[in-house]
Amino acid sequence: MAAALGLNGLIALFVSAILFSIGVIGVLLRRNAIIVFMCIELMLNAANLSLIAFSRMHGIEGQIFVFFVMAVAAAEAAVGLAIIIAIFRHYEVVDLDRFRLLKW
Amino acid sequence: MIQDFLFQAFAAGAILGAVIMVTRRNPVSAVIFLVGVFFATSGMFLMLDAHYIAAINVILYGGAIMVLFLFVLMLLNLGHADWRDLRGPMGGLIGGSISIAFLGVLTRLFVGGTDARPMVEVAGSALREAAAEQGVVGVVARPLFTEYTIVLEVTGVLLLVSMVGTILLARRERTVGERERT
Repeated sequence: MAAALGLNGLIALFVSAILFSIGVIGVLLRRNAIIVFMCIELMLNAANLSLIAFSRMHGIEGQIFVFFVMAVAAAEAAVGLAIIIAIFRHYEVVDLDRFRLLKW
Repeated sequence: MIQDFLFQAFAAGAILGAVIMVTRRNPVSAVIFLVGVFFATSGMFLMLDAHYIAAINVILYGGAIMVLFLFVLMLLNLGHADWRDLRGPMGGLIGGSISIAFLGVLTRLFVGGTDARPMVEVAGSALREAAAEQGVVGVVARPLFTEYTIVLEVTGVLLLVSMVGTILLARRERTVGERERT
């Protein structure tokens, strides 16, 4: 599997895995809702990178899928930031530990 | 070769930028480093024969979405560092171990998958030929408007719905006095 991709494709897959893990660390380690959201964008970008790397092996469909992922990511960013603005109006902070309404 | 060197430089830059971005306490510098990460991944897309995707990655992610983040930071006046932002050592331990588990699983999937289906070596050569024949945009656009037309239309509806939802969510509730005046 790795041989068909070549060295650069393999590096792309590794970078994708590492970027995704850094995104996971950011989501779990930060309390600022906006930075958590940025880490989610980073994870989406890491997934895009692996799709692009595999599209060299399988054909153009990977790039098409990345196109749709980007469209959904744009919609998600707009709605998520609107939710953050609405939450900020209510609580005056964007600290994730302060939103306890659904926590035990 | 210069291309391989550039590719590896972009890869190193992406990882470095992501690490710096996660550890910055100031949200504005985190946004700036994330823009750097997106530029680096766009360079990698370019080397992996995805020219159109590289362009819209810079325009959409590096441009539009990150400007949106900066705009929200400005709007809510959150551009200052907060010492409470990073979780303590316990959170670091849990987060680090979960993400290392993720890294292990992904590496195992990408490298050690021996039971994978037989892969046809389409590789960059076929993509490059198609791009030379139809143009770098045409090679993405042709399947998008033939095979995936319905998906494209549904994506348009999704964007419309999200636009309406965003306006609805972020709109300030008007007071009774304002409502009577208008």
